[in-house]
Amino acid sequence: MDLIELKDIHKTYFLGEVPVPVLRGITLSIAHGEFVALMGASGSGKSTLMNLLGCLDQASSGEYWLDGKEISRLSANEYARLRNQTIGFVFQSFNLLPRTTALENVMMPLTYSRENLNEQQKRQRAADLLRKVGLADRVNHQQSQLSGGQQQRVAIARSLVNQPSILLADEPTGNLDSRTSTELLEMFRQLNDTDGITVILVTHDENVAQWAQRTIRIKDGLLEGSVEPDEAGRVT
Amino acid sequence: MRIHITIKTALNALRRNVLRTLLTTLGIVIGVAAVISMMEIGNGATMAIQKTLASIGANTLAVLPGAANTGGINFGAGTLMTLTPQDADAIVKECPALASVAPVVRARTQVVYGNRNWSPTYIYGTTPSFLQVREWTDLEEGESFDEHDVRNSNRVCLIGQTIVRELFNGRSPLGKEVRLRNVAFKVVGVLKMKGANMMGMDQDDILLAPWTTIKYRVVATSLGNSSQSESATTISSSNNPYETISTSLYPVPSVTEQSSTPQPIRFANVDQILTAARSSGSIPSAIQQITMLLRERHHLKTSSPNDFNVRDMTEITKAMSSTTDMITKLLLCVAMISLVVGGVGIMNIMLVSVTERTREIGLRMAVGAEPGDILRQFLTEAVVICLLGGTMGIILGRTSSYIISSVLHWPTAPSIAAIIASVIVSASVGVIFGFYPAWKASRLNPIEALRYE
Repeated sequence: MDLIELKDIHKTYFLGEVPVPVLRGITLSIAHGEFVALMGASGSGKSTLMNLLGCLDQASSGEYWLDGKEISRLSANEYARLRNQTIGFVFQSFNLLPRTTALENVMMPLTYSRENLNEQQKRQRAADLLRKVGLADRVNHQQSQLSGGQQQRVAIARSLVNQPSILLADEPTGNLDSRTSTELLEMFRQLNDTDGITVILVTHDENVAQWAQRTIRIKDGLLEGSVEPDEAGRVT
Repeated sequence: MRIHITIKTALNALRRNVLRTLLTTLGIVIGVAAVISMMEIGNGATMAIQKTLASIGANTLAVLPGAANTGGINFGAGTLMTLTPQDADAIVKECPALASVAPVVRARTQVVYGNRNWSPTYIYGTTPSFLQVREWTDLEEGESFDEHDVRNSNRVCLIGQTIVRELFNGRSPLGKEVRLRNVAFKVVGVLKMKGANMMGMDQDDILLAPWTTIKYRVVATSLGNSSQSESATTISSSNNPYETISTSLYPVPSVTEQSSTPQPIRFANVDQILTAARSSGSIPSAIQQITMLLRERHHLKTSSPNDFNVRDMTEITKAMSSTTDMITKLLLCVAMISLVVGGVGIMNIMLVSVTERTREIGLRMAVGAEPGDILRQFLTEAVVICLLGGTMGIILGRTSSYIISSVLHWPTAPSIAAIIASVIVSASVGVIFGFYPAWKASRLNPIEALRYE
């Protein structure tokens, strides 16, 4: 069984009384250790799909199998645990805590972990990860003292601190110049190759998507290439 | 999430905006400081009021002899002759709830000086401790008589302002002699003006003298009730007032000698024993101790009634406790208002803080914080702010009450209860006013929170 399997996922928002369908039947699967790019124009439902994949949101209908478990109807606290243990997030805007050192930023998700680590072990693990992303000399720098690329590396180290099986990156290079973008994408590929972490890269940039092994394109709430169901719901 | 990590996170968050944290705590600092200093000033005022009330006799207990009953005829209160000066000594020795005791022998007669005469309301034969019992130790002039005068039945007396006015026309009476039933008393001291008591009786119309002098030289005619022979205490000549002298000055008379030359029996009962309890609170225990001691000393069977009565000044005590109660409640109300204002300030700032840190909350949720974790974190921040403010408030409050007491000379009394109460209250203010913002933070949708600009 694949790591992620979505079966006929629908998501409908309500603007007052008016239903706005955003995802209209997504079925896809992502295997262990894949490097996938999720592409789509804005308004295509790309972000919604990413939020669903990242367990930040629940589908209106359909099944979500994560690592062999159906998780689309779990409680808020169980979702929080999944986000903590299985999924690492990297955001476009880095989202580091202000006036907090790189090390403390990386350690932050451990606060919510059920793992029983003492302070020393936590520091050790965070420092190791910072070394891994090439910031061994920036451990005690604060967010404001780091460049954009460095901040994003701290964010990657933070996303890896609970040893997740999935890394979900939402436009990770959107705020960076092309050279640092390349460095970062190199790092994602390396994490995928050597550590076997499944990477899902959400982007609208073809050049970025090229780094992935597979590109999933989404348009108007449907996967491109899949066939739009007709009004009777039958596939023509 | 363990508690010390939560507290550390809260402290980190508060350290990120030191100035704002301090300004937020200011509300609580002022509130707690107000509570502390008001409680301390209030305590001081209460003590001052208690002292004032004690001087008008609020803590005074009067022990009166019971009613004699002979052949079905009741002679009324105070007619038994069972209270003795030795009872008074025993009371002060064995009742820890009492501060001082004085036996009193009353007389009613004319006081003569030169060509003037006057009948004082009170002529009391007593001991020097009477002045302590009545909180009257400051004399206008001269000095009190002492124990020596009591033992020797010296003819000395203290007089009140009214007698000075009536007999001496305002001139100093010190060293002059006044006469009571042709017994000359030297005036050794003049009491300070005390005014009328609660019943409107002039308390300055008083003459105090050693009880032995009044009893044996002035009222010596009193032989008491014939039925007393058994219970009344007598003083024989062997009852030596000088306890240090052990050898008798005279040969001990034989039984025959004693029967052929009978000594006059001298009754040594007193009319009442005045005592002062240590505080208004110890009055009930004082009454109990006196009752138990006197029953034992008078050899009363458990079935027989008391041969004495203990009277307290219930009216004054009640007035006192209601006054101090009211002061305490009033101050508490004022202090509570300032704490509530401080709490609203905290709620306000916490709401701002939640809005400002929406992205942080979204991020924390994205990396796995449960709603409960977020709630706890913000609640802890509010409580930490309040406890911080509480601590500073305690210091400020203590300092200001110290300054007030030293500059304005107001009485203050430190109150541990106030300190404990304000710590508890400030923590609960944190919980109560921090809950809504924290709850709001925990309800945020992580997706929207992450997108919040």
